[in-house]
Amino acid sequence: MLVLNNVEVIYDHVILVLKGMSLQVEEGQIVALLGSNGAGKSTTLKAISGLLKPEDGEVTDGEILFQGEPIHVLDAEDIVQRGIFQVMEGRRVFEHLTVEENLHAGAYTRKDRRHIADDIEMVYRYFPRLKERRTQTAGYLSGGEQQMLAIGRSLMARPKLMMLDEPSLGLAPLLVREIFHIVQRINQEQGVTVLLVEQNANIALQIADYAYIMENGRIVLDGDPATLRDNADVREFYLGLTEVGQRKSYRDVKHYKRRKRWLS
Amino acid sequence: MDQFLQLTVTGLTNGAIYALVAVGFVLIYKASDVINFAQGEFLLVGAYVAAFLIGDLGLVWPIGAVLTVIIAAAMGVVIERLVLRPLIGEPIISVIMVTIGLASLLRALVLGIWGTKPKVFPAFFPKNEVYIFNAVVTTEKLGAIAVAGVFLLIFTLFFRYTREGIAMRAVADDQQAALSMGISVKRIFAMAWSISAITAAIAGVVVANTLEVSGNLSAIGLTVFPVVILGGLDSIPGALIGAAIIGLLEAYTGGYVGDGSLSQVIPYIVLVFILMVRPYGLFGKEIIERV
Ligand SMILES: Nc1ncnc2c1ncn2[C@@H]1O[C@H](COP(=O)(O)OP(=O)(O)OP(=O)(O)O)[C@@H](O)[C@H]1O
Ligand SMILES: [Mg+2]
Repeated sequence: MLVLNNVEVIYDHVILVLKGMSLQVEEGQIVALLGSNGAGKSTTLKAISGLLKPEDGEVTDGEILFQGEPIHVLDAEDIVQRGIFQVMEGRRVFEHLTVEENLHAGAYTRKDRRHIADDIEMVYRYFPRLKERRTQTAGYLSGGEQQMLAIGRSLMARPKLMMLDEPSLGLAPLLVREIFHIVQRINQEQGVTVLLVEQNANIALQIADYAYIMENGRIVLDGDPATLRDNADVREFYLGLTEVGQRKSYRDVKHYKRRKRWLS
Repeated sequence: MDQFLQLTVTGLTNGAIYALVAVGFVLIYKASDVINFAQGEFLLVGAYVAAFLIGDLGLVWPIGAVLTVIIAAAMGVVIERLVLRPLIGEPIISVIMVTIGLASLLRALVLGIWGTKPKVFPAFFPKNEVYIFNAVVTTEKLGAIAVAGVFLLIFTLFFRYTREGIAMRAVADDQQAALSMGISVKRIFAMAWSISAITAAIAGVVVANTLEVSGNLSAIGLTVFPVVILGGLDSIPGALIGAAIIGLLEAYTGGYVGDGSLSQVIPYIVLVFILMVRPYGLFGKEIIERV
């Protein structure tokens, strides 16, 4: 369904971030893309969804095919129309819009507008908490609720491929579990293919059908979750389990100065 | 009491016109962070085009007004396309300078085409007098308030309930996230400029109906600054209330103090006091802080 072949991405004409990135996502799967901070996971997703331009990034080599057609030359709007929807890192709900208005914004590209009301109800079935807060301003939702809204909003576009960028970021473990479970249900019930970027390898490997591990702008390891879980390096560096069974943790939140350049 | 009522109606009439111009201003600022110094000239263009179509060509006024709105919308799109879009990503100060240049350009165009002599506009609201309690009020003023009210209501509904309206607010909130929904930010910018030009043109038509049409009309664009700064640059309800406050203040000081020049200064004095208490204006967007 989605194929990346040796993709190279450069920011600001000089900063080479993806260095021959290749991966494949089969229809109907949940594919996990794991890696530590700065590996280039978000960059990979933005390259696919056409969101590099506002950050002055560019696909300079390789190709990205969706359902057999090259999409790295298209604008973000066209890519959404074709059925790829990225849920950006950090949730990015429209803070001054209500929950329901956020859902409507997600449905922007929909042609069959008669079905939007039904789909809002569908989102509420997956996330009942959003229904209770439907008229509330999204900026005041809790982090977990905002993540639910971000995922629900993406459902409104009826995507074929949903790309989630670190949905577990900053959420309590129990909530992470709940959200991942819902993602799994969405994948099965709605037939939405999922490309899941995570640092929390443990939980991602629990729901994924296949996983890639990237480092420094390229894939270093891939396989099905069971194989990866047995790999000693993966155990140590991504699952945080050393042979003695201790846990390591790393987490920090970063902000890049984002330049408004996507219209030029 | 009668005088008070009369002044109130006058104040609200002016306020209604300010509100129309201010809403356009806020729209552009919200969508694209651009402060449009040519907003008053948009009004000027609207007034002159309407005066030309209805007064000189003799079109019946509903057709003339609709044509004016269409021309204004087209002008907004063209300006966004030719002038503003190439500047995206440039420092905001350059963009502001360009809107100042645009203001002079539009003004020169209008006065070049139609001359500097004031035009008289065939009124389409009847100039009758009606009594509210004991105060004499002209119907043209009530008409102006009604027209502004109807359009402001339409715009409010547009932003709340339509696909494009919600998309515009989404872009105002987070451009990159809006882009990730498949919302075309370019299209939204073009829309902001054209709606802005439309509201200003409607204001122009309404003004033309109550005053004579001359180059001085663009001065209304200046009064819009205290209005929007008072209401909060990015708040539409704020623009409406700011407009009403400034309109009323002008009318009351003009009526009770009787000094024309004082009534022009008063809005700025009030502005300074309000900003001392509320630096974001009365309704400036709250910065939602939560992580
Ligand atoms: N807009 C940008 N301009 C310049 N460099 C950037 C930009 N965005 C990302 N980078 C650089 O690209 C590299 C990869 O960033 P990316 O955000 O893709 O990493 P990531 O794998 O998503 O990391 P994290 O897990 O922390 O989100 C980093 O070294 C980062 O500094
Ligand atoms: Mg990232």
